[in-house]
Amino acid sequence: MIKLVARGQASVKWGYLSPVLAVFLTLIAGTFLFWGLGKDPVLALYTFFISPIADWYGITELLVVAIPILLCAYGLALCYRASIWNIGAEGQLLLGAVVSSTMALQFVDSTSLWAMPLALIAGMVGGMICSGISAFLNLRLNCNETLVTIMMNYIALNTLLWAVYGPLKDPNGYNFPESALFGDSTLLPILFEGTRLHVGLLLVLLALVVVWVFMSKTFLGFQIKVLGLDKPAARMAGYKETKLAVMVFLVGGALAGLAGAVLVTGTTGQLIPAISPGYGYSAIIVAFLGRLHPLGITLAGLLIALIFMGGEMSQMVLNLPRSITGILQGLILFFLLSCDVLIRYRVVFTLPRFLSTATQGDK
Amino acid sequence: MNNVKRLAMLGITKEYPGCKANDDVFLNIEHGEIHALLGENGAGKSTLMKMLYGVVKPDAGTIVWNGKEVSISEPAVARGLGIGMVFQHFSLFETLTVTENIALVLGAEAGNPKTLAARIKKTSERYGMPLDPERRISSLSTGERQRVEIVRCLLLDLQLLILDEPTSVLTPQEVDDLFKTLKQLTKEGCSVLFISHKLHEVTELCDSATILRAGKVTGHCNPKDETSESIARMMVGDDIAISNECRRAVGGEVFVDIANLSTPALSQFDIALKSINLQVKKGEIVGIAGIAGNGQDELFKALSGEEIHRHSKAIKFAGDFVDHLSPLARRRLGMAFVPEDRLGRGAVPELDLRDNALLTSFDSDLVKHGFLNKANITALADHIIEKYKVKTAGNHDAAESLSGGNLQKFIVGREVEQEPLFLLMSHPTWGVDIGAQVAIHQAILELRDRGCAILIVSEDLDELYKVCDRLGALCDGELSDFLEPEALPLVKLGQWMAGDFDTASTNVESKQGVLTHD
Repeated sequence: MIKLVARGQASVKWGYLSPVLAVFLTLIAGTFLFWGLGKDPVLALYTFFISPIADWYGITELLVVAIPILLCAYGLALCYRASIWNIGAEGQLLLGAVVSSTMALQFVDSTSLWAMPLALIAGMVGGMICSGISAFLNLRLNCNETLVTIMMNYIALNTLLWAVYGPLKDPNGYNFPESALFGDSTLLPILFEGTRLHVGLLLVLLALVVVWVFMSKTFLGFQIKVLGLDKPAARMAGYKETKLAVMVFLVGGALAGLAGAVLVTGTTGQLIPAISPGYGYSAIIVAFLGRLHPLGITLAGLLIALIFMGGEMSQMVLNLPRSITGILQGLILFFLLSCDVLIRYRVVFTLPRFLSTATQGDK
Repeated sequence: MNNVKRLAMLGITKEYPGCKANDDVFLNIEHGEIHALLGENGAGKSTLMKMLYGVVKPDAGTIVWNGKEVSISEPAVARGLGIGMVFQHFSLFETLTVTENIALVLGAEAGNPKTLAARIKKTSERYGMPLDPERRISSLSTGERQRVEIVRCLLLDLQLLILDEPTSVLTPQEVDDLFKTLKQLTKEGCSVLFISHKLHEVTELCDSATILRAGKVTGHCNPKDETSESIARMMVGDDIAISNECRRAVGGEVFVDIANLSTPALSQFDIALKSINLQVKKGEIVGIAGIAGNGQDELFKALSGEEIHRHSKAIKFAGDFVDHLSPLARRRLGMAFVPEDRLGRGAVPELDLRDNALLTSFDSDLVKHGFLNKANITALADHIIEKYKVKTAGNHDAAESLSGGNLQKFIVGREVEQEPLFLLMSHPTWGVDIGAQVAIHQAILELRDRGCAILIVSEDLDELYKVCDRLGALCDGELSDFLEPEALPLVKLGQWMAGDFDTASTNVESKQGVLTHD
């Protein structure tokens, strides 16, 4: 028999080990999945997890995919530390992309130095508008933040579709639902010749450091932690709950909006309907897999980016459907939540009842 | 030895990781006696009780019940033997009636609800604890709820009743009633195991006592031959102070001035405050007695700012209205507070003592330009741990890993060290052992002598009589008059706690029947 016994104190060790175990279990489940689909599991795993990053270009591509995911995930981690269950990074990213594109399209023929920074700032504003609406609904009107942020995702998605089919559609684009190509002054500079890796990477590193310092070294970060762990204690201590909550909503929105801006100005160079294959949703998994810690998130973000790339690779090489990406991401979250039981509980293996009473009787 | 004991626990040992909760404990209970189990927090009383009631299994030792060795593997077995237990925190469903609650526990034995109701009525009246079986728990007072728990045990063929701190939630009159019931029970041969921190109750009620310290039995005695002091000494050992010298103070100018404070009840289970008038002067301690759930929470939150009543003008600090101010603004005016719940409000369970020191002391040079000064935070935590003798492995311990009393010392220390002008405390020593109680009272008294206005809301009358300079009671959201403890007989305070305020001849009566409390 397997029994769960409560630990006196949450285990720090399992806090770190649980994500590792979850990834390991996902790999095992993935093996069975590939085998069940009639593929050689070893070849499939290689195609999925090794081949995408077998060369330098692959690694830079991995970083390109990881950039928007990480930006979203850092912001979400702040929200989750405050126990604000913001599921709306996807919508904030999309709206950020729309607003950023609107700004970028003002500079198509300009060489202004302001073009790129303004496009990025516009993206952040777009994300903040989206999360700000959620914050208002949640904090002022007492609506559940999870539902509100999810619904905002659909509103943002349809805003994006409206924009590319309407006001932002390229007049010379043969009626394709895409914006015009941005001018060079708006595009993010490429870091390494011959790759697509842009300065968005530097923004990610900056966000990593700032969020890390903010969380661990500042009083505001401390207040957010207390608010998330123990609301009555935060109130007793006199922390301003609403202000703190608004702040994390807005910072989360700004970072997700920045992710959207980086996508349009760095990766695609124009606004397209399929700007994000669900980066904002994956960021939720990344935030939890990374234990809401900036460093952990960075590692988790690279892993999830790899799964995105592996999904495409196995589509091309193995002829597998792309939904395998979603399945593996779901499996990781599933195993992570299961493994997290070990943080508060110990597993004890005991003999089945009839055996243990029998042995007692022998004494 | 011809007499068979009701219960003998022989050489009971139970070890938890990192601590030996019970070490070779012997406990004997005779037929029809009231046996006291005494000890400080963490002495191992609850562990011993849990083993007796089948919640926890002992590592070693035997339990002999009526002369036969038994293995109590789960509470159902204990109940089958005739062991009943009333826990400190009641396990009743508020929305169900008395009969329904009792039927839930009795299971198949409950039988037809009608006959059960009749049995409840008969049993409760027989033992002097009348109960209406049809009432919902939510409409019962705490004392009545306790009766439900006791009657629930009595309906079984009860031979041993275990009571864990039963009097901490009762008015003095209710305590008297409970004692009468217990005495009647013992006359019929039932034994009672009585756990309490209130030693004068033990000396009054109990026939014998076993004293535990750090998991070991340190003495047996007949409480009737002992004094509260001598028993306390056995509980804490030789090197810890067990009393404070308490001088009364008169106080100076008024710091907190509450005039006509009325608040609505926010929900069904909340209490509305009804035109509260109260003044607390600098350099005095004012105490408010009362059974929990009579508006203490509401009063506390109205003062602390956790519930803000924006449009009222009733509370003044140092002459200025503060009704509209946030808890932070009130803290910055010099207020500090120690809430009733240590874990979850007074301290964040998961965070360590450094972070919990920072929690409310952020204005004590711990934050510079928004950044945390970790060295100062650690220093403050260590200072509180050392000065208030908080027993802990170090400042990196999580708050939840400390015992209740030690955490309370830490929280009180944290608030006192901020040198507040007004300290608001709720149940400052609830469930805290004697050594820690003395330390906490000492800190409060010294703070008062430095000119702080202190308001204590507590259910513990011994404590209130000991430290307060003026004392009153809160009942159903209404506040009584305030008198010096020496001028307020316990009987009258009891009446106040029960809501009987109109005893106009206050001064005449109080001259007689003055009650001295240790």
